[in-house]
Amino acid sequence: MIDIIQNIFAYDFMRNALFASLLVGVVCGLIGTLVVLNRIVFLGGGIAHAAYGGIGLAYYFGQDPMLGAILFSILSALGMGAVHLRTKARSDTLIGVMWSIGMAIGIIFVSLTPGFKADLMSYLFGSLLAVSGGDLQLMTLVALMVIVFVVLFYRSLQAISFDETFSTVRNLPVSVLYLMMLVMIGLTVVMAMRVVGLIMVIAMLTIPPATANLFLKDMKGMMVLSIGLSWLFSGVGLVLSFALNLQAGSVIILVAALSYLAAAAIKKMAIRPKA
Amino acid sequence: MTGQAVIELEDVWAGYESDRVLEAVNFRMNAGDYVGLIGPNGGGKTTLIKVILGLIKPERGVVRVMGVSSEKGRHYIGYVPQLQQGDKAFPIKVWDVVSMGRLKPHLLKNLYLKDDDKKIIERSLRQMDILDLAKRSINELSGGQRQRVTIARALAAEPKILLLDEPTSSVDSRSSSQMYDLLAELNQSISILLISHDLTAISTYVKTIGCVNRRLVYGGQKEITSEMLSTAYECPVDLVAHGLPHRVLPSHQEEDDHD
Repeated sequence: MIDIIQNIFAYDFMRNALFASLLVGVVCGLIGTLVVLNRIVFLGGGIAHAAYGGIGLAYYFGQDPMLGAILFSILSALGMGAVHLRTKARSDTLIGVMWSIGMAIGIIFVSLTPGFKADLMSYLFGSLLAVSGGDLQLMTLVALMVIVFVVLFYRSLQAISFDETFSTVRNLPVSVLYLMMLVMIGLTVVMAMRVVGLIMVIAMLTIPPATANLFLKDMKGMMVLSIGLSWLFSGVGLVLSFALNLQAGSVIILVAALSYLAAAAIKKMAIRPKA
Repeated sequence: MTGQAVIELEDVWAGYESDRVLEAVNFRMNAGDYVGLIGPNGGGKTTLIKVILGLIKPERGVVRVMGVSSEKGRHYIGYVPQLQQGDKAFPIKVWDVVSMGRLKPHLLKNLYLKDDDKKIIERSLRQMDILDLAKRSINELSGGQRQRVTIARALAAEPKILLLDEPTSSVDSRSSSQMYDLLAELNQSISILLISHDLTAISTYVKTIGCVNRRLVYGGQKEITSEMLSTAYECPVDLVAHGLPHRVLPSHQEEDDHD
């Protein structure tokens, strides 16, 4: 085990991968908690998948796919947010439609692009080991934005998450804040895309906060514990994937999911009254 | 301050042509009033509240809160929503819930709680006698305690008006009578509008009573009039007849002659 960990730090790409996991853990812990508490997991999934449209377009026009993903995730976040704010109960159908449109655009433009595109898979399933120094800079920037956003607007975010109506009556700019939150989800999705891929982003956003929520009854605590859990899941997953020679993103998600199930089972046993 | 209108509705219509929820509603509530509005489920109580709070635009008519539009005036209202069972899983402490009463319209003014805000939150918690629960999660509280938390949150906004929606829906009778005692005390400085389908609960405590069922009948009196019953014909007459602490009906009414 110690050999493996020593080996890990011998490689640049592994150091980058670890640093990326730490950054993604922070944003996923913060934003994922908001996603879970606002019950917008489906919307988060929609933003993640629609981002693929941006990747396809960027590919076709010879631009950086990351930029395409960022643009598309922000646009889809705003579009889905507007739908959600307007229609409330029926929004899931429209979000599902936008989710598919994004994917379809992506697939069409990717197939229209001639040439070798092996690394396209990495956007869908993650390529933690291919994170470059440039990626890390972009990720650090996004992470800083998310941290500033959550820390600065914590009270207001908690209020709209807990009771939107009361917040509206207090004349809080609920819609603006809500859309800002969705844009942050979009940015988080693009960041986490490097680690676990667009398809599994939603797991990275929801499993750590859901696990934290089993034990903590406070949003701030949930955020902090989610970050810690993300780090733990990514670290363990990364080491395991290295040792077993498996795809890193998938191993991380499985580690997270199994931990969640174990935690839920432990909690259930702990609160069961003794017979 | 008595006599000044705090809530005014003039010829308010809400809903759709095919599904009219409120019709020609006129209502005036003055400072110092303690009004109870009763009405059957589906009679437009929730819509009335939303119209007053500016959450729904009425199709026709004027709504004024403290003399201005409801969007501008609603921050004077301490809104106490009906307890939802659905949000039970939300992890939040009593203190944080009540601190929402101190939210300001400008996002940048909500970065942290100032000392003044903290004092007001503490005072509201003390008023509702739940200061000792401040650090508890709301999920550990009973229905009565949760109701006190939502009232404390409304009080933290230093409201001129308290607007309560079905305040006793998930509260046992002892804590509900305690709550009404507290409301009577608060009424010395705050106007109160209480909306409920439960006549028994409110008739003993409010100063004046009205009825809402698509139309609103309110004349500023304590008793339920036959006009209320005939206009708002679905009023819960059955509740009136049995075992009230005091009579709200002026005289005997026929109980089943509506429709």
